[in-house]
Amino acid sequence: MIIKVLGPGCANCKNLERVTRETVDALGLDASIEKVEDYPTIAGYGVMSTPALVVDEKVVVSGRVPRPAELRELLSGHAPALPS
Amino acid sequence: MTIVEQMPTSTRGRWLTLSGVALAWVAAYWVNGWLWDRFLYDGLGMTPTDRLTETLHFFLYDTIKIGLMLVGIIFIVTVLRSYMSIERTCAMLGGKREGVGNVMAAGLGVITPFCSCSAVPAFIGFVAAGVPIGVTLSFLIASPLVNEIAIGMLFTLFGWQVTALYIAAGLIIAIVAGWTLGRLGVQRWVEPFVFETKLGGQVIDSTAGLTFDQRIQMGVEEVGTILRKIWPYLLVGIGLGAAIHGWAPADFFTQYAGPGNAFGVLVAVGIGIPLYSNAAGVMPLVQALHDKGLPMGTLLAFMMSVVALSLPEMILLRRVLKPQLLAAFVAVVGTGIVAVGYLFNLILA
Repeated sequence: MIIKVLGPGCANCKNLERVTRETVDALGLDASIEKVEDYPTIAGYGVMSTPALVVDEKVVVSGRVPRPAELRELLSGHAPALPS
Repeated sequence: MTIVEQMPTSTRGRWLTLSGVALAWVAAYWVNGWLWDRFLYDGLGMTPTDRLTETLHFFLYDTIKIGLMLVGIIFIVTVLRSYMSIERTCAMLGGKREGVGNVMAAGLGVITPFCSCSAVPAFIGFVAAGVPIGVTLSFLIASPLVNEIAIGMLFTLFGWQVTALYIAAGLIIAIVAGWTLGRLGVQRWVEPFVFETKLGGQVIDSTAGLTFDQRIQMGVEEVGTILRKIWPYLLVGIGLGAAIHGWAPADFFTQYAGPGNAFGVLVAVGIGIPLYSNAAGVMPLVQALHDKGLPMGTLLAFMMSVVALSLPEMILLRRVLKPQLLAAFVAVVGTGIVAVGYLFNLILA
């Protein structure tokens, strides 16, 4: 699974990146996390409020930092956890 | 653990909790002045008419009062605004002509939740959706200029007339400035990549599917985020206000920027533009200067120039606007604010 955190570097963008990494680690997901700071690319996803979270090229959250519980649901619903 | 998770789960319980918090807020607001009276006069045995006591009282009282006001205003505004979104605003403005579009954009700029950190993607999104540049600029001017925190604080401190004048003036500046800039044919001063960017996929409405709990949670978080960001400005503003209140000679400011000085508004806006603070930080200063006899028009112009034109926002907008357009932006908005200042001084005199 490819996760992208869209945001030019505001405080909330960093928050979103941090909780995303924590959630991915906690769930043991096999995912790459990429930070996208480039404006044309951000706008290219149809995102007008940053930060935004893109999972497998689909925007799942925009304009806010979801709570950890919501994020866990969002991410685990997308890909099964790796067998440990 | 979130605040909302700690609240009772039944709908009735939730409302009871919210009402309880609201009551505690009112009680704190009510007891604030009395508490500092007792603490300074009885507790520390200070003389009420003493200059130092007055300054200290102003500072302590205003810090708590403005802090409480901010918590209340930010929370309510954030929850209400979460029913709007920048994406919906953009869809409403797409394909609108100039004129009508400028008026709508200015109005929507006031009620749409918008962080200046999203100014660039929003600008690109507006252009891609076919919103004219001048209309987009009306939105970007109105959004910080007609500030909900300023509205709430002006209303509590100065009453509804000043508040209504402030909102009307802000909207008119945003409409006229955006329209004028659009007329100047400023397309050529927008960075070319903006026009080349195509919006891919579906535009996601950032606030559409939220539950009431999530909106409450957003309100609570926003209070924390904003207070963490602005408390230094707030304390400096209140400190300056307290110092002016207690120590500045009565005619010190009126001499330079009072009703008798024809350049008062110009001076105020000239000082205000490079100053970067927010409405909450400026308000204690405005209040103290008003007590010292400065005319309201001059003070509103000062406040508007501080919140509407700021260096950090200019740096962000520079990514999409060429320097010529940025300069025109500052000039047109600055002129509008000066004009409003003089007009208010005439109306309110």
